[in-house]
Amino acid sequence: MPVFEYAPAPESRAVVDIAPSYGLFIDGEFTEAGDGKVFKTLSPSSEEALSEVAQAGVEDVDRAVKAARKAFETWSALPGAERAKYLFRIARIIQERSRELAVLESLDNGKPIRESRDADLPLVAAHFFYYAGWADKLAYAGYGADPRPLGVAGQIIPWNFPLLMLAWKIAPALATGNTVVLKPAETTPLSALFFADICRQAGLPKGVVNIVTGDGSTGAELVAHPGIDKVAFTGSTEVGKAIARTVAGTKKKVTLELGGKAANIVFDDAPIDQAVEGIIGGIFFNQGHVCCAGSRLLVQESVQDELLDALKRRMSTLRVGDPLDKNTDIGAINSAEQLARIRTLADAGEAEGAERWAPQCELPSSGYWFAPTLFTGVTQAHRIAREEIFGPVLSVLTFRTPEEAVAKANNTPYGLSAGIWTEKGSRILWMANKLRAGVVWSNTFNKFDPASPFGGYKESGYGREGGRHGLEAYLDV
Amino acid sequence: MSDNRLSVLKTYKLFVGGKFPRSESGRVYEVTDAKGKWLANAPLASRKDARDAVVAARKAFGGWSGATAYNRGQILYRVAEMLEGRRDQFVHEVADAGGVSKSKATAQVDAAIDRWVWYAGWSDKTTQIAGSANPVAGPYFNLSSPEPTGVVALLAPQDSSFLGLVSVIAPAIVTGNTTIVIAAEGAPLPALSLAEVLATSDLPGGVVNVLSGRTAEIAAPLAAHQDVNAIDLAGADPELATELEKAAAENLKRVLRPQPVDWTADPGTGRLLTFLETKTVWHPMGA
Repeated sequence: MPVFEYAPAPESRAVVDIAPSYGLFIDGEFTEAGDGKVFKTLSPSSEEALSEVAQAGVEDVDRAVKAARKAFETWSALPGAERAKYLFRIARIIQERSRELAVLESLDNGKPIRESRDADLPLVAAHFFYYAGWADKLAYAGYGADPRPLGVAGQIIPWNFPLLMLAWKIAPALATGNTVVLKPAETTPLSALFFADICRQAGLPKGVVNIVTGDGSTGAELVAHPGIDKVAFTGSTEVGKAIARTVAGTKKKVTLELGGKAANIVFDDAPIDQAVEGIIGGIFFNQGHVCCAGSRLLVQESVQDELLDALKRRMSTLRVGDPLDKNTDIGAINSAEQLARIRTLADAGEAEGAERWAPQCELPSSGYWFAPTLFTGVTQAHRIAREEIFGPVLSVLTFRTPEEAVAKANNTPYGLSAGIWTEKGSRILWMANKLRAGVVWSNTFNKFDPASPFGGYKESGYGREGGRHGLEAYLDV
Repeated sequence: MSDNRLSVLKTYKLFVGGKFPRSESGRVYEVTDAKGKWLANAPLASRKDARDAVVAARKAFGGWSGATAYNRGQILYRVAEMLEGRRDQFVHEVADAGGVSKSKATAQVDAAIDRWVWYAGWSDKTTQIAGSANPVAGPYFNLSSPEPTGVVALLAPQDSSFLGLVSVIAPAIVTGNTTIVIAAEGAPLPALSLAEVLATSDLPGGVVNVLSGRTAEIAAPLAAHQDVNAIDLAGADPELATELEKAAAENLKRVLRPQPVDWTADPGTGRLLTFLETKTVWHPMGA
């Protein structure tokens, strides 16, 4: 097959101005950490240090929580319509600055600019618009005539969709009258710090949003702080369990959006070309750094060969490389640590007897990279079928009957998402009913919308983000 | 009945998987009324009884959660009918258990029967108040519906042996969950008798499993059990509740923490909506 060569089409970095260092955003001001500790944030595609940010310690977290507590009195007393207008302002400023933020996100995270520009940023703005509209309509949301905010929310977000996860956390919290202390992920702090500037531009009262950067220890301090009323966490199931233990016996309300090992189920009557696109998007979108990624492909035996041939052909056309190149499909793995984890699990896949395949693919010499990879001959006992890899690695299993597909799909402690590919409507509804997962995509995959609730069953966590359901997490109900 | 006739005493038993076993441990404990008078021996359920109850509840989950909402509502209403017929027995047991007057016990039993009727009606309405059609920005059908969480362990309140008990069981099962109920430790007899009502109300075996004994002893294995999806801590004191909540974190059970509740008041939808998961289904639209 002839390979088309593409000339490089890089998005300009000039649109974003990254300062050499950033402090913590507390009570409307950027301030250094109490003990002056800092850490570097790298661009995973080049290992270049982008900036130096403050490592918040226990005193800094305490300062941030106190600032949020003080701001809560006035913010929660503000008429909903006024809170709404602040959120609308934020949404508009995000739209105005979306190119800058998209480039920043691709630099700090390593994701392709095509995705940060066309998926992350539009969804970020849409999320603020959606919840802005709720702020003065809470009495109609089904949570009582006058639902009250909880108080101060401690929010911890992951590195896979830094600004989008910030939006999922901050927009509903502010709309309902809470104030927040948010900790971005250690490897992707920059877009949250730029968001602090957006809060300034929007004239948001000081202390309503506080951003504390740091590693896991900062997050642990925040969760354990007696001054917070709510914990919202997106990240690993392991950390989620630790948080659930920490808050035991307190009055803190908790929502957890954790890991997944989604089954993407393809029946023999599925439109194969569409299914292939859905499988590709399901596992290779955002380098597979997606909690709801379709990381287990369950294919009906009778179409296995046809589907895998088409899938391999399509994988061969994926372009891995510079995240700022507009032609790039798969960017950099977010960190050396994550790359090591992906390698360990992929190696375990081979060692346990699954067959590994990846297209010919030249990877850049610096930065963190992993070629799109497929495993066949995977059994349910293999680690690559059970553990969340959080990388561009697809495990293929087969089934014969719909009952077997359901049993295999549900055979996991997780329950975040699932995919179904078939032309038969009654089968879609039957399957959707039987799958124990919070989001079921039928004849599509990895679709998100602020109006659509998102969250898991079982060990994928509890609570929903998005939609009317997402309000409950921040209301005293 | 002659005055000198010796009455026939009832052997109270556990209720697991629709059957009435004794505790596998062979243990019983003395149940007394408020003045200390012996009423009966109740089974002192063991950790093994708790695990057996989980197996029964899991086995029943597919059928019960897959039953139509209409069918579940019919069965809950049937429970109310059966209770009405045995009203005097429950008034007697509740009066003994709580050390309350006959009129107060009557009020509690009546309220409990009415509560079954109230929750029966919720079976086919919960989805309509808790679900939503979502207007996403694209050509997709998008619908969110509540589904039962799964197997739920219920620590029945210690302060309300019957009305409180019914108030934690009915909202959990009407939406399709299956349950393991730990009866009030000091007053388990109304719960064990309720099991006899449930067994004759067309409720499939395993949907409600009733254990009596030491709450802390039975709750510990349930809170730590990998096949239990949620736990209602109504009957736990603060110290036990904290311990159980920590154990429940191991498989991220949904936890309803204990809070002061007036069981005679309108229960609202709080408990009804607690043990539900929201599932959102997407499908493209196109000609």
